[in-house]
Amino acid sequence: MSTFAGTGALLRLAWRRDRWVVTSAVLAMAAMAYAAMAATLDLYPSDAEAAAGARLMAATPSVAALYGPLPSLTAAGVGVLKTIMMGSLFAAFLAFALVRRHTRTEEEEGRLELVGGGVVGRRAPLAAAVSLAVLSVLATGALSALALLPTGVDPVGSVALGVTIVVAGLVMTGITAVAVQLTTTTRGAGGVALAVLGLAFVVRAGADTSESGQDLVYASFLGWAERVSPFGDNRLWMVLPALAVTAALLVAADVLLQRRDLGAGLWASRPGPARAGARLGSPFGLAWRLHRGALLGWTIAYAVLGSVVGSLAASVSDIASSPGMEQMLRKMSGGQGSVLDAFFGTELRFLAVGVAAYGITTALRLHSEEDAGRAEVVLATRVTRWSWLASHVTIAMGGALWLLFVGGLSAGAAAGAVSPTGVGELLPAALATAPAVLVCVGLTVALFGLLPRWTPAAWGLLAAFLLLGEFGALLELPDWALGLSPFDHLGSLPGGDANPTGLAVLLVLAAAVTALGAVTFRRRDLAT
Amino acid sequence: MTTVIETRGLRKTFGTTVALDSLDLTVRQGEIHGFLGPNGAGKSTTIRVLLGLIRADGGTATLLGRDPWSDATELHRQLAYVPGDVALWPNLTGGEVIDLLGRLRGGLDERRRAELLEAFELDPTKKGRSYSKGNRQKVALVAALASDVPLLLLDEPTSGLDPLMEKVFERYATAARDEGRTVLLSSHILSEVEATADHVSIVRAGRIVDSGSLADLRHMTRSTVDATLARPLPPAEVEQWPGVHTVRQDRDRLVLSVDTSAVGDVVGRLGPHGIEALTCQPPTLEELFLSQYRDELTGEPGAAPAEAEVSA
Ligand SMILES: Nc1ncnc2c1ncn2[C@@H]1O[C@H](COP(=O)(O)OP(=O)(O)OP(=O)(O)O)[C@@H](O)[C@H]1O
Ligand SMILES: [Mg+2]
Repeated sequence: MSTFAGTGALLRLAWRRDRWVVTSAVLAMAAMAYAAMAATLDLYPSDAEAAAGARLMAATPSVAALYGPLPSLTAAGVGVLKTIMMGSLFAAFLAFALVRRHTRTEEEEGRLELVGGGVVGRRAPLAAAVSLAVLSVLATGALSALALLPTGVDPVGSVALGVTIVVAGLVMTGITAVAVQLTTTTRGAGGVALAVLGLAFVVRAGADTSESGQDLVYASFLGWAERVSPFGDNRLWMVLPALAVTAALLVAADVLLQRRDLGAGLWASRPGPARAGARLGSPFGLAWRLHRGALLGWTIAYAVLGSVVGSLAASVSDIASSPGMEQMLRKMSGGQGSVLDAFFGTELRFLAVGVAAYGITTALRLHSEEDAGRAEVVLATRVTRWSWLASHVTIAMGGALWLLFVGGLSAGAAAGAVSPTGVGELLPAALATAPAVLVCVGLTVALFGLLPRWTPAAWGLLAAFLLLGEFGALLELPDWALGLSPFDHLGSLPGGDANPTGLAVLLVLAAAVTALGAVTFRRRDLAT
Repeated sequence: MTTVIETRGLRKTFGTTVALDSLDLTVRQGEIHGFLGPNGAGKSTTIRVLLGLIRADGGTATLLGRDPWSDATELHRQLAYVPGDVALWPNLTGGEVIDLLGRLRGGLDERRRAELLEAFELDPTKKGRSYSKGNRQKVALVAALASDVPLLLLDEPTSGLDPLMEKVFERYATAARDEGRTVLLSSHILSEVEATADHVSIVRAGRIVDSGSLADLRHMTRSTVDATLARPLPPAEVEQWPGVHTVRQDRDRLVLSVDTSAVGDVVGRLGPHGIEALTCQPPTLEELFLSQYRDELTGEPGAAPAEAEVSA
């Protein structure tokens, strides 16, 4: 039997399971690419009009850190800027999620044993997962490129945007394929792959904001994607190194696959204690045990990220505070305070969205525990449904507050060393984003109670909030639509007003949706 | 003897699937109650209703005199549950899981914990993800059997265990019964139920189709009588005897299929013809089970029990 036997069947099975999610995500991405471009061209009908705003953008460190350099001082260049990095990250996440889901997750849950026993070759699951990821990434690139054509921009630039997306997606496919061979758990594989992605982003952001180290950007595959430079240099050939690296990673993944056993990883799991520690005897003790590793990782990441963001204060202060620039930055963060305040307002909001992602993954543990049948065993002891749910939600919410604290503190400490803004400003500003984060966690809990099978849709909600914040104003959406995102009600700290009413409403909302989830969970059947 | 589990007209549907269709189950204190049925019959669903993990749509269920849905937490202090497919936390060792589940249930018998680990040859230092299916099952079994609880709800607890380990399980299940504990044992493995159960209920399509002690159930089916006679009898004549169903002749040897209630009678009639060798086998649970399902397989009415009813 060929080691690839059954790849086609597995690919069809994977497609059947994911077709709606993949299709809607890819279409949403293409729609965003179109909308951002169309709205920018409305704003700047000619390149001359775009140039002034573009020059300001190009000089703003927070823009460079998040999105990279402007590909060109043209209207199309401005219109594609956010899409370059958002599209690259989107493709990377999509590739990551698909590869991991159809390899390590399946294996961990023992479904591949069923498959492995049938007429399916040893390499087939990985081959099928990689094929699905590559096809999805190619579709994202192609549709995003096509979506720009109706706006009348240069077709070569459109193709280059597609290439940008494909570069990021392909390399991440390879990285994830290797990561799932290394570790034995879904979470472990996720940790490895996402750490590489995070590192790639930080290296890229650092290189793009530094004066001298610009070439370091090529150390990051997100840097390659960025330097395709659609509507600028249009370096379509950047796809070649990406293909080469992806191929090398896939070969490496294949070699690892040949050398390990089904279910095992390359990093063998070591024996552990024969007896449980004193704390592992309550639902909270169990939840803490399950979540502590992730919280430690996030804490380190937020300490580093906060310091990086804080230390950018020096270069932000240096920017010539031309009135146009001030205006633009203020618009981005709600209207009050200095350029520096506006910069931190924007950055903290992104940190808050990241913390919301932490809160959602942590709360989603409710769903995965139930789905895997581990909740059933615990809930057949004297642990009440209420305390089981509360233990996970407490860590999700408490951990989120802690991360905001860590991020605000380290940003404040780093900024305080080089600018007048310090811990006194940034810590409260970071903590003031907490109500929006708690709403995200609460919504996850509500989904878990009401629509258990759809709990992971919480990711969709967060993505929608993020897109509303990123593109909503540009698309001139009505206020009520922008207001659907909890992150729209955060006031304008540091420097401006805190919007206490808004925060109070968000807190009440967070409590209400969490309670709704808890009550409905207590009344429903456990999924079996 | 008091009743520990009682369901009357229990009903549960999932969408259009009727998982339980008026299920009446009675389990008395201090017995091992075998709960047998084919795939999808509703065994796991019944146990989940009894655990208050899912709510029945109709009928009543009482566990230790209380309602399993509304009094779930109080009831859970008094029982231990082993699911048919044990999922463990990948990062916790088996030993940690045993302690955790024990503590969540309100305490473990330390001596028995050690004894069970030894008997099941389970390494408690391995992480959840590195256990095989059978070893995961053992982790849950040790945790349940070492708990000091009066009621054990075991859903196919030996799936994945090798035959030696099945024997170990049978020994401890019987020991638990001898201590006065009650065991509800759902199973496909007939020999295991046969070796341990005092009482058996057979479920099919969400209904109990037969329930009784093993002796009762056997009584309703046929035994095999294998006799070597000095003076051969014509099979046609033997077939006319009451209670005899089929006769096969092999030179001077006769193999008869006989209603279990008629075995004594038949042996008496064979006596005058000079019995040189005689074996008499009661039906195994296997045959019993198959006879229950024969109509399902062939579309014909059930063999022995149905006929027994007709002739009664
Ligand atoms: N959560 C569920 N959703 C939909 N149908 C279900 C669900 N749980 C059980 N069923 C259906 O209910 C019926 C009874 O299932 P149950 O798991 O109780 O059977 P079982 O006797 O335990 O079978 P097995 O021996 O295979 O474990 C089956 O038809 C099954 O498909
Ligand atoms: Mg079952």
